[in-house]
Amino acid sequence: MIAAPSLAFLAQWTGRHSALDPAGPQAERIGDLWWLMFWISTGVFLAVLTALLAAILRRRREEEDAPGPIAPEARHRLTRVVAGAVGVTVVLLFVLLFASVGTGRALGSLSSRQALTIRLTGQQWWWSVEYQDPVPGRMVTTANEIHIPTGRPILVQLESRDVIHSFWVPNLHGKRDLIPGHKGEVWIQADRPGVYRGQCAEFCGHQHALMGLLVVAEPPEAFAAWLEAQRRPAAPPVTPAQKRGQKLVETLPCALCHTIQGTAASGKTGPDLTHLASRRTLAAGTLPNTPGHLAGWIVDPQSIKPGNHMPANTLQSEDLQALLAYLGSLK
Amino acid sequence: MRRFSLLLCLLALAACEREERRFRELPPAAARGLPVRVSVLQPATPLPGPNEPGPYAANAYGISEGKRLYQWYNCSGCHAQGGGGIGPPLMDARWIYGGEPENIRDTIVEGRPNGMPSFGGHIPDDHVWKLVAYVRSMAGLAPKAASSGRSDHMAARPSEQRKKPEEPGTQEARHPG
Amino acid sequence: MSVAEIQETEEGYAGHAAEERRRLEKTWAFSSGFFGWFMEVSHTALGRRYIATAMILFLLGGIEALLMRIQLARPENGFLDPDLYNEIFTTHGSTMMFLFAVPVFQGLAIYLVPLMLGTRNTAFPRLNALSYWLFVIGALLLYGGFFLNTGPDAGWFAYVPLSGPEYSPGKRVDVWAQMITFSELSSLAASVNIIATVFKHRAPGMSLNRIPLFVWAMLVTAVMVVFAMPAVMLASTLLAMDRLVDTHFFNIAEGGDPLLFQHLFWFFGHPEVYIIFIPALGVVSAITATFSRRQVFGYMAMVLSLVATGFIGFGLWVHHMFATGLPQLGQSFFTAASMMIAIPSGTQIFCWLATLWSGRLRLNTPLYFVFGFVAIFVLGGLTGIMLASVPLDLQVHDTFFVVAHLHYVLIGGAIFPLFGGLHFWFPKMTGRMLSERLGKLGFWLLFIGFNLTFFPMHKLGLEGMPRRVYTYLPETGWGDLNLLATAGGVVLGLGVLTFLINVAVSLRSGEVAGADPWEGETLEWAIPSPPPPYNFLHLPTVSGRSPLWENWEEQPVVTGVESHRREVLVTASLDAEPDHRDILPGPTIWPFVLALGVGVTFIVAIFTPWGVPIGAVPCAIALVAWFWPRGDMGRYELKEKS
Repeated sequence: MIAAPSLAFLAQWTGRHSALDPAGPQAERIGDLWWLMFWISTGVFLAVLTALLAAILRRRREEEDAPGPIAPEARHRLTRVVAGAVGVTVVLLFVLLFASVGTGRALGSLSSRQALTIRLTGQQWWWSVEYQDPVPGRMVTTANEIHIPTGRPILVQLESRDVIHSFWVPNLHGKRDLIPGHKGEVWIQADRPGVYRGQCAEFCGHQHALMGLLVVAEPPEAFAAWLEAQRRPAAPPVTPAQKRGQKLVETLPCALCHTIQGTAASGKTGPDLTHLASRRTLAAGTLPNTPGHLAGWIVDPQSIKPGNHMPANTLQSEDLQALLAYLGSLK
Repeated sequence: MRRFSLLLCLLALAACEREERRFRELPPAAARGLPVRVSVLQPATPLPGPNEPGPYAANAYGISEGKRLYQWYNCSGCHAQGGGGIGPPLMDARWIYGGEPENIRDTIVEGRPNGMPSFGGHIPDDHVWKLVAYVRSMAGLAPKAASSGRSDHMAARPSEQRKKPEEPGTQEARHPG
Repeated sequence: MSVAEIQETEEGYAGHAAEERRRLEKTWAFSSGFFGWFMEVSHTALGRRYIATAMILFLLGGIEALLMRIQLARPENGFLDPDLYNEIFTTHGSTMMFLFAVPVFQGLAIYLVPLMLGTRNTAFPRLNALSYWLFVIGALLLYGGFFLNTGPDAGWFAYVPLSGPEYSPGKRVDVWAQMITFSELSSLAASVNIIATVFKHRAPGMSLNRIPLFVWAMLVTAVMVVFAMPAVMLASTLLAMDRLVDTHFFNIAEGGDPLLFQHLFWFFGHPEVYIIFIPALGVVSAITATFSRRQVFGYMAMVLSLVATGFIGFGLWVHHMFATGLPQLGQSFFTAASMMIAIPSGTQIFCWLATLWSGRLRLNTPLYFVFGFVAIFVLGGLTGIMLASVPLDLQVHDTFFVVAHLHYVLIGGAIFPLFGGLHFWFPKMTGRMLSERLGKLGFWLLFIGFNLTFFPMHKLGLEGMPRRVYTYLPETGWGDLNLLATAGGVVLGLGVLTFLINVAVSLRSGEVAGADPWEGETLEWAIPSPPPPYNFLHLPTVSGRSPLWENWEEQPVVTGVESHRREVLVTASLDAEPDHRDILPGPTIWPFVLALGVGVTFIVAIFTPWGVPIGAVPCAIALVAWFWPRGDMGRYELKEKS
């Protein structure tokens, strides 16, 4: 259904996409809590299974056959054992409760005065990413890819334009819902550079399954350079094909939904395409950003993600090539 | 009994048409049959209008997508939520250029004098048909079971599924000219 | 011959007993004929139908689960498109939670509670019929919708705004909302019936501290239903009104709030889990006692644990909503409450282990299912404790980890005991034994298949696979574990198939069971299998917790209850002292008519608000007929008791 994955796409995710491969302080805390709970639970589970097996396999005396109450002396012994087991349960639960509340407090303590603030808006079925800045002209809008500097707390403000979504990057932190009408926020931080995959975690309709995003953590200098590049309007077309492509974007349905800074395209319904070519994926983390996949997506998006809001476009071959040339130049 | 089962079959078909979610686009619009009339006046006995209800006329998903597109393509900028503003109202029974689905389609695609832009080529054909279905539902002309309920916005008017179609002529006085 | 009958014979009343039996048979006869089928009020007949209907829905839900597993077996599989997948997973969840798990145990309760209490029918026989027919119509509504492409597709939880008028066009979610209101109405009716029966219709001598643990479990469940179901009926009705008549309960722009729906839903939704698995705990107690031939260890602790679970179960709904963002302190409270519920659950597990330890085990199929239950349920409980912890929940919430957890607690905690219970009581219900060989084969297939299917999902969830996805990308690396889970699903399906074959074969040619094939502990084993329509020839009395293990032959019986009309003995709530005699109604069509009227109301209301006044007419007619005074409603003083 979707074109075969390219090796390059695979290589874009550093490390495993997993809650147990933490790349930030919060996921690490939660990971520690997980392992504590895992080992305690394993111990309890094995103890119960052993008790069950022992009860099944125990040798019994002949005279115990008549049905009825448990013999009094056995009952006394068992009462002590059961009470002891309940006591141990209570103690273990307290250990887990304190560990859990402690971890919760630690998670809540991440914050910073000079935090980088990102507004993340979820909609069916992609993410709009807006880097806040006191100067409106220096705000940056992109989609489905969040770049963050390593080692610095990031405040992500969460909003939804339609239904409830949930922002979740397992390698960095747990999830947080985006609820229409409710402003949410979550702090994240990545300590090592890498590309971490995130995905919508609250059922949100037809394409909930393929509503992904990437978090790209890079050293502060690289991040600053990226942000500076994103602030610039779209690169003007150079080659004749690119020029023709820009014309097409402005006249075709594209312009009604997408924005390309510095051109007539200023729609707000779809993802911002100003620096489309700088992004790693298309269609909310679903396709690698290659000309072939882009062409497939433009011509027949409904067979790749049925139900999404991008309409199919019937284009002549040379028009399509021109469009691809232009979009490919939007670094 | 037979009539009863026939009724059941019809109900079933209606349900299927209403609930269908068609994601793939339609084939290019079918060739026209009867001429499209822009005037309600006809010599002699009026002929039935072009009987082309449009692909989403009774399809709940298409109508609700049309409602979304109505905002996204900024139809509301002129027609507001159907009550009209810069452009004429869409929820009454007065259609300057005809209220049949074909008429509305042509109005969207071709544009009309005095401000209605021509969206042909800028909006995919199938989006036009979804808009047509939605615009008709605003006037109460779509099946109630397929029309939208209230939206998650301020309620400016009763929803499409509560809207009763107006009698043509009654509002002539309200919108002279 | 039942024990009571033997006693009669010995005392020289053989002729009298035969005459009594003839009269009882005539008075309490099952209704017959085509119309009789709709008029039935006998609790054994309705209980059997309840269980059979719920099992059919279980199979439908299971088929849907297999379809989903096929779709997810490989990444980017094209077997189901997202639209159909969403309908299927919603229907699967709604079926299993609302139309299978709750009704099947209510059916078991309706069948067994009067037998265990030693009475002739439930307290309100017509209400019993009403709840059954409501349940059937609710199920028909959901599946009628599903096959007309109007199956709900917003999840079994139907969160607004996705399920609201703007994002779920058409009538799909309306079908869901009305089905919920409908089936919860049925549950409420059944619960009221069970509560009244347990409090007022116990055999003389069965004081509160002698009630069988199974009955206690059903009582606690019924009380929980009474408090939990109104919340979800409110949620579904508000949703239906938002969709149909433009109300704004969940519209933020007009002052509504989508979180309100979540609170209402989970205030029901979490107790729902306990509503499903507390009855199963009762089944486990019954099986454990019988097959280890010992009274369950720690009766008081068991009862208090059940009651505590029922209470605490209402205090933890918010742990389904941690990701919505709540104040730290509130979260800690719900974490503590969620962990606390492990104490009563743990206590019960320890008590069963103690019973097994001290007992003399008979390794029949039902006991196998109890072993399976302990192994699976303990694991599910432990992952439940993890989900109670806010930080960990934020990672695994709404992932396949939760899918694994909930199936461990619900399949392990409820379905395994249910299958054990069906193997256990099948001889009582049908008079024939199930095959032990097929039973054990079925058990192993279910046990292995279950763990193969759901254990890998823990890992998938931690690796980041969210729930409710119709597909996933190959790059995620989730493919292999999903394939394993699908293979496990097939084995699980084979296990269910084995059970069905076992039932089909045994119904025809199973070994004849007799009254008490297992040397049971409680009163249902004192009467022939299947039970005659009047259950007990002479209403029994009890003087201990395990009546059949304690000199049953010398136990006196109740006399003086008329047999020419449907008379039963009503006893005091606490100590079950005889109080008065009551006359129960016989077969009647009106509960069925009322259920149809309610059905018309709800189904027409999907399309127009006029459904409410239209449906009120048949409802009113049925209710007037139902409550039309019968000449014999008077109550009688109890004259004698031997």
